[in-house]
Amino acid sequence: MRLEPRESTSVWLVLAAPILAIGAALMLSSGLVLWTGESITAAYGALLKGAFGSRFAVAETLTRATPLMLTGLAAAVAFRAKFWNIGAEGQLYCGALAATYFGTGLITLHPLLMIPLLFVVGALAGGAALALPVYLKSKLKVDEVVTTLLLNFIILLFVNYLLEGPWRDPMSMGWPQAAPIIDEGVLPRIMAKSRLHLGLIIAVISAVLIWLTMRFTVWGYEIRAVGNNATAATFAGISVNGTVLRVALISGGLAGFAGVTEVAGLKGYLTLDLSPGFGYAGIAVAMLANLHPLGVIVSAIFLAGIYVGADSMSRAVNIPNYIADVLVAASVLCVLVSLMLTQYRVKWR
Amino acid sequence: MIDLFEIFLTAGFWAATIRIACPLILGTIGELICERAGVLNLGIEGIMTVGAMSGWMWVYQGGDLWTGLVFAAFVGALFGLLHSLFTVYLGLSQHVSGIGITMLASSLSFFVFRMMLPSSTTPPKIVPFKPIHVPGLSDLPFFGEALFSHTPMTYLCFAIVPVVIYVLYRTPVGLAVRMAGESPMAIEAQGINVLTVRTGAVAAGSALMAVGGAYLTMSAFDAFYFGMINGRGWICVALVIFASWRPGKALLGALLFAGLDALQVRAQQVAGAFIPYQFFLMLPYVLSIAAMVIMARRARYPKALLVPFRRGERI
Amino acid sequence: MTALKIRGVTKSFGSLVANDNISLSLQKGEVLALLGENGAGKTTLMNILFGHYVADTGDIEVFGNPLPPGATDAAINAGVGMVHQHFTLADNLSVLENIILGTESLFAWKSNTDQARRKLQTLADDFGMQIEPDKWVGELSIGERQRVEIMKALYRDAKILILDEPTAVLTPQEVDHLFETLRSMVARGLSIIFISHKLHEILNISDRVNVLRRGKMVGEIETKKADRNRLAEMMVGREVKRPKVEHITAGAPVVELDNVVLPGAKGHRPVIDGLSLTIHQHEIIGLAGVAGNGQSALADLLSGLRTPASGTVGVAGDTLASFSPQAFINLGIGRIPEDRQEKGVVGDMTVWENLISENLRQAPLWRYRRLIDFHACRAFAKNLIEQFDVRCKSMEMPAKQLSGGNMQKLILARALQNNPRFILANQPVRGLDEGAIAAVHERLLVAKRNGAGILLVSEDLDELFALADRIAVIYHGKISQPISVNAVTVQDLGLMMAGDLAHGLTVQQGAAR
Repeated sequence: MRLEPRESTSVWLVLAAPILAIGAALMLSSGLVLWTGESITAAYGALLKGAFGSRFAVAETLTRATPLMLTGLAAAVAFRAKFWNIGAEGQLYCGALAATYFGTGLITLHPLLMIPLLFVVGALAGGAALALPVYLKSKLKVDEVVTTLLLNFIILLFVNYLLEGPWRDPMSMGWPQAAPIIDEGVLPRIMAKSRLHLGLIIAVISAVLIWLTMRFTVWGYEIRAVGNNATAATFAGISVNGTVLRVALISGGLAGFAGVTEVAGLKGYLTLDLSPGFGYAGIAVAMLANLHPLGVIVSAIFLAGIYVGADSMSRAVNIPNYIADVLVAASVLCVLVSLMLTQYRVKWR
Repeated sequence: MIDLFEIFLTAGFWAATIRIACPLILGTIGELICERAGVLNLGIEGIMTVGAMSGWMWVYQGGDLWTGLVFAAFVGALFGLLHSLFTVYLGLSQHVSGIGITMLASSLSFFVFRMMLPSSTTPPKIVPFKPIHVPGLSDLPFFGEALFSHTPMTYLCFAIVPVVIYVLYRTPVGLAVRMAGESPMAIEAQGINVLTVRTGAVAAGSALMAVGGAYLTMSAFDAFYFGMINGRGWICVALVIFASWRPGKALLGALLFAGLDALQVRAQQVAGAFIPYQFFLMLPYVLSIAAMVIMARRARYPKALLVPFRRGERI
Repeated sequence: MTALKIRGVTKSFGSLVANDNISLSLQKGEVLALLGENGAGKTTLMNILFGHYVADTGDIEVFGNPLPPGATDAAINAGVGMVHQHFTLADNLSVLENIILGTESLFAWKSNTDQARRKLQTLADDFGMQIEPDKWVGELSIGERQRVEIMKALYRDAKILILDEPTAVLTPQEVDHLFETLRSMVARGLSIIFISHKLHEILNISDRVNVLRRGKMVGEIETKKADRNRLAEMMVGREVKRPKVEHITAGAPVVELDNVVLPGAKGHRPVIDGLSLTIHQHEIIGLAGVAGNGQSALADLLSGLRTPASGTVGVAGDTLASFSPQAFINLGIGRIPEDRQEKGVVGDMTVWENLISENLRQAPLWRYRRLIDFHACRAFAKNLIEQFDVRCKSMEMPAKQLSGGNMQKLILARALQNNPRFILANQPVRGLDEGAIAAVHERLLVAKRNGAGILLVSEDLDELFALADRIAVIYHGKISQPISVNAVTVQDLGLMMAGDLAHGLTVQQGAAR
């Protein structure tokens, strides 16, 4: 077997590939459903209904999609420049820490100023979390995959320390959680009788802005050039270290945004279970979208649908909700293969 | 300070170091084999998880401990084969595929565990490997407890290192693996299939990782719980860099690391009053980063690491 | 006795037919030359024979036995050995390890290195080759590496030896030595396929010549009956107008290097070691040297990629204070990198995006210092594509799909569009066919006429003699005085390339007298 590069790829193939891949992932995962003894249609039906079957379900899915869009964008931007930021989880918590620090009474402003302030400090904190990995990569050539991954654990332990120690809310009756965000800083709800908040709009706007940046600006050009061939980019006069730093700040900033939306939008206060792995899931979101910023919007909703749907499915039929993670992982791997097949054709001799 | 120094004089500290080191040794050596053949395996975190789960489950279902290890290795190798299908045969990004394998392996482990054992309040347990009593040696003061109070699996972990060193540096297959990470074209030109060599190395390395995971559920503890691996896989990836891709140094690195980890647990009892315990828990991760920083400049990484080889592609 | 028969081999890559129904045969004890331009399909054919590629159609027989397709091990066992143009050696392993790989059963308990060492020594004695089995390949010179490659084939008892452009990287004296070795092999009954596009070498070493052109076998001739012109005509098949070199009196200095030092890796000698060189307007200086003697480092320096540890670099009279690719672009320095794919283009980006890469960060291609002006960029690219005759289906196609010649034209267009005062041309025609070579050379000569000073780095002495006004030799990071092409011979350069840089002074004094 060998692979031969395609000389041209039709647009339809590129659009159809991820859809076919997700179909394949669903089929592969249905083996697990059969093992549980439930019927495939009942299981996937319950999943679909739980994700999109009602106004409430859609609102829940979109609420869940909000941080996923942001962490997905964080991964997409970074991976475009081949900067392997696997630390969105930690950066998310940094954003949440900053929002908590500034948003729990340190400053009180009108909401029109307070909310932007929280996002700015959140993004700065998220970006700052990448300062060390970027420095080590640029100066000492230390692989950023491992440093960003390990920083996740360090940051989470630090949050744990704050919540059990100096930041613990005295009103929390012993639970490890911080004081609530003041009313001026809370993101307004955008749909009645739901938890859907302003964060969704901010996430979508972020995606569009990132897309515009990648497509129409000199920065975007430089990011794409560095990601595809850093040596040639350097030769043409593009500063690779500068571009990587910029990408890291944007990427960390987006993950920091996700922390702000969760603290100031959904929960209202910082807890240790603020993110059930949104940072890691963001990588899956970005991969499913083939690193396209607008695609991230769709794939984040898809992923959120799987998670929300699987929760309600596991209540309806007897299937552990870990099936959602399996589905996501299988989708990522299938999409990877399918995207490769849009670039290459398989020859059997 | 005096208290801290006394820790080194307790046999318990040295015994704990050896226990903590075992999964790291296997994980690091496994990752090292993959990378020596030119394939970064970020599936390690998930493969250790699936190894921990499957070995344990085998025994829980009535299997024997040793066959349980073989089963864990087999399952690990399967995920290794999946990773090499993506990275070696299809030439996909090793980073992304590895992360995908980690997601798949961990989520499948959790799913299978939940399916077979619906949640209960007390975690189910198995009878793990028991320490073996070595006549004479185990009764020695200090050394008996520090070095000869361990399970057979612990000794196995240490025994694997010289075996791997011998195979890598003294046998034809080891030469082929090293060459696959340095210059795939050189292997191809000598009539050996690069893809097969790389696949074999990744499968073997992944099997070792899985056994490393199984050490946790079958020798160090007796139960499987979620979040058990807790970043150990990633630490192994850092240790490979620290070891500069040498198995001997990997063993030393794992021991050093485990020693510091054992120290931090004991130091908590000494200094826990002034320093919150979370900072002690951070130490392993901080140390891993520090280790990479120290070695990064000197590290001589395999030249063809991360470079896919496509047979018959136009050169 | 027929050693090898290739019958009707066809191989295509996508829409490109690299080999079109090719047949040839090789007798025992014969040197068969495979002549053809770059891209004619010589290497593809040999890669099929050696099992790297699988042919679409056709079959191969070695000593009367059919060879299974796509199996390198089968080819080796049948007695075929190949010395690849780009050596297939691992730098970080020893010579012995590189040679014995694949000679033992993979699952043997132990490598039998003692026996291997003995066999290697016997072979080395037999063929008069020196070899140090425990040295790392990375420490060897290019010539020594080639001997390891040959030894690899001999160690596996090759009866048919393929040499793919073996002389490209050697000094003239090393070439003579190689030819002696080849003759002693033939005397022992080996058969040799010698791939080259250099006519004088083919006339020197071969018994018979097969000529390939654009993937087709266009002719076969006994070397005795051939001469240069006949071979050239068969190889190119069309008249290629070689650009005419005109001598113009050199003008003011454009680039002055004074005692420049670039440090090497830790524990190694500097890659550029006190190098001084002045290049004037209206002149082409050729830089000869065996690969790995500091050419890449010098090219990196003159591309703005490296900063000298000591010494000065002057451009148009001003001493440079900062070194960066952007600074060099702004100074009006055109740079043609050695490796098109690696440094020259960003493969996945479009043709037009690659054409603008050095000019994007200035008016009129950007707007408000942030946005790409697509209209202006496309117009800019369209103009260059026409002016430099870059042939592409559309400027929206990815640059990686361009042919080698057109990719080089793209790079040339980008480097030369602004009438640079200095041009660094590092191996500008490597791997190109005659038509493309002529086009590139023509462009360089036009630039010279317009006043540019040019440093032409090349491993092909013929190219240097054809194009340069003066030639300098680089060895271990030191450079000789540039000598006028009319005063120097290939043999002189060979001595200098082997390390006798002072020989250049003798030559110059001789010329002065």
